[in-house]
Amino acid sequence: MAINTLALQARLPAGAHSLNRARHGGLGGLLSPITVCVVASLLSACTRQVDQPTSLHWYVYAERSGAFEQAARRCSDAAQGRYTIEFVALPADASQQREQLVRRLAAGDPDIDIIGMDVIWTAEFAAAGWILPWEENLARQVRRDRLAGATESANYRERLWAIPFTTNTQLLWYRKDRVPTPPATWDEMISVAESLGDVGTIQVQGERYEGLTVFFVSLLASAGGSVLAPDGEGVSLEDEPTRRALSVMRRLANSPAADPALANAREDQARLAFESGRSSFMVNYTYVWPSARANSPEVAAHMAWARWPSVAKGRPGRVTVGGINLGIGAHSPHPEYAFEAAACIASQDNQRLAATLGGLPPTIEALYDEGEVRDIFPFADVLRETLREAVQRPQTPLYSDLSLAISHSLHPMRDIEPEADAGKLRESAARALRSEGLF
Amino acid sequence: MSRPGSRERRLAWCLCAPAVIAMLVVTAYPVLYSLWLSLFRYDLRFPDERRFVGLENYLTVLSSPVWWQSFFNTMLVTVGSVAVELVLGLVLALVMHRALVARRLVRTALLVPYGIITVVAAMSWRFAFDPTTGFVDGLLGLEGAWLAQRWTAFIVIIMTEIWKTTPFMALLLLGGLSLIPEDLLRAARVDGANAAQRLFRVVLPLMRPVILVALLFRTLDAFRIFDTVFILTRGAQGTEPVSLVGYNTLITRLNLGLGSAVSVLIFLCVVAIAALYIRGFGMNLSDSEDTK
Repeated sequence: MAINTLALQARLPAGAHSLNRARHGGLGGLLSPITVCVVASLLSACTRQVDQPTSLHWYVYAERSGAFEQAARRCSDAAQGRYTIEFVALPADASQQREQLVRRLAAGDPDIDIIGMDVIWTAEFAAAGWILPWEENLARQVRRDRLAGATESANYRERLWAIPFTTNTQLLWYRKDRVPTPPATWDEMISVAESLGDVGTIQVQGERYEGLTVFFVSLLASAGGSVLAPDGEGVSLEDEPTRRALSVMRRLANSPAADPALANAREDQARLAFESGRSSFMVNYTYVWPSARANSPEVAAHMAWARWPSVAKGRPGRVTVGGINLGIGAHSPHPEYAFEAAACIASQDNQRLAATLGGLPPTIEALYDEGEVRDIFPFADVLRETLREAVQRPQTPLYSDLSLAISHSLHPMRDIEPEADAGKLRESAARALRSEGLF
Repeated sequence: MSRPGSRERRLAWCLCAPAVIAMLVVTAYPVLYSLWLSLFRYDLRFPDERRFVGLENYLTVLSSPVWWQSFFNTMLVTVGSVAVELVLGLVLALVMHRALVARRLVRTALLVPYGIITVVAAMSWRFAFDPTTGFVDGLLGLEGAWLAQRWTAFIVIIMTEIWKTTPFMALLLLGGLSLIPEDLLRAARVDGANAAQRLFRVVLPLMRPVILVALLFRTLDAFRIFDTVFILTRGAQGTEPVSLVGYNTLITRLNLGLGSAVSVLIFLCVVAIAALYIRGFGMNLSDSEDTK
């Protein structure tokens, strides 16, 4: 839910010019089939149905830098008149994208060929039969050069349901002028922040929304636990890790180092508060880096990054993976073209484009070694390391229910009672997985 | 009202037929369809698992603390906002009615909040009360997060509602005010009634039907509150109204059976409110004159 919104906010001034260039660049690709058709019609063999390229619709959020549109145009050109990819913009908020998509998909809308899917929709869309699985030989190719966490996010029941395009994850951002070395654990960070006084604030996502689920799942994974049992059906939420994760949440929320508006903070409130200079730590996605450089250079000058803090000493912090995978609509009349187009959009060249123009981290591992990409992500190594050990949000068709259950049980964080709430959380999560009752 | 003749009656039916048909299509059909859906266990993601469960969904909702909590929240916002709106709306209506100078400007200015989209208005309130980006804390010398505590969040929600819809109330009441014959007020003045007496003994009793209509409209509207809360707190801090519970179940969880049961219950609440006004307060919707 969080990630697409974030990418949108990334401010990359360079993008604006390229967008215009891209708009004009695509015309040539459209003209050639028309010319062919005109010439052919003089020979009286041309009907519109035969020679007009098939048009594929790509439903994805309206990425602001224009990288997605440019990728769509490149791939239309590469198809040499067989198909063109039309870009259909969805809202910025991932839950709203899902709301619009699921209603169309459930109604069997044939207009949806390619879907820019948030990683958390894979299981739901696959189980409902709304997207088509990828052939095993294609899937093998896809898995070969991509980050394991990204391909895992497109997996459900041993099959690949989408091709990973962009990815994202959270890092720890801190002020190196106030904190010489990044804290290794949450407990350490809270203590350091408290000792810094007024400017010690830690920015996290504490509103009652999917971002709170992300925060909890990451803390739980860092403590060595998981929400779902290995079979993916039942609830796990092991006692010890759950209690540890809840204790960190409680301690943070009741610490003077918490932001007073913690219970209402999303990624963007955290970003703005950090840019104001009165905070020393923040866990957030990579879009905060270009944003800070554009909005508040004096803060950016002192901004440093590290891996997400751990919960237990000796066990590195683990964060959930985000990003966009491309799935093929089950009712698409041209699935063979749609698979080809999706593979083209998610290719190395277009991932480079999405990274350099849109600031979206690539899923192809080799790109993290390219200078062009490293210029955009000076934290590329930390990012890649985090992504390699990233954790999946619960991969169940009932993720939306589960996320409501988790975020409603743990909000506000200041009132969490680790012992009692671990039990309540387990009960509520089990109810969500049976799709029972209200949340 | 005089009894219209049968030809006039037929004409009346013909004239309102298009509206009635439109209402049946866009309102009656969805309402009946949700009623039907609410009797099934039906998830949009698993259409094959659809099965008839009778009233089970209603039992689930009515035995859930989530429903009763949100019902209480909704009533609180409804009563809180409508009560203040009535008083403020009456004051504004009197101002608009009596304005001697710049009458049109006064009327226009007072109506501005009503012309602003609710979501936009709610966002401005959210930003205003945010401790980082907002000005309210600075203005009052406070350092709290209004929307992060239950009761202060309710205050902001109710204030947003009041700010937004008082003009609507004022507009309806202004219509009622302008119907009061000047003669009556002059006669009262001759009889020695002071301003307060004229207001409470003459103006308000004559406005009773209009006030009831205004209250009914606003109560029904306030009970269905959604966008203000969605933007301000998303229902967190124990401020969730019933409509948001319905949204979560129906739209987010795609649980059509359970969600429809919530929607039908909201519909029944709205019917109950309307019935209360019409039966309980003796309101007469078809007659512009007081029935007593």
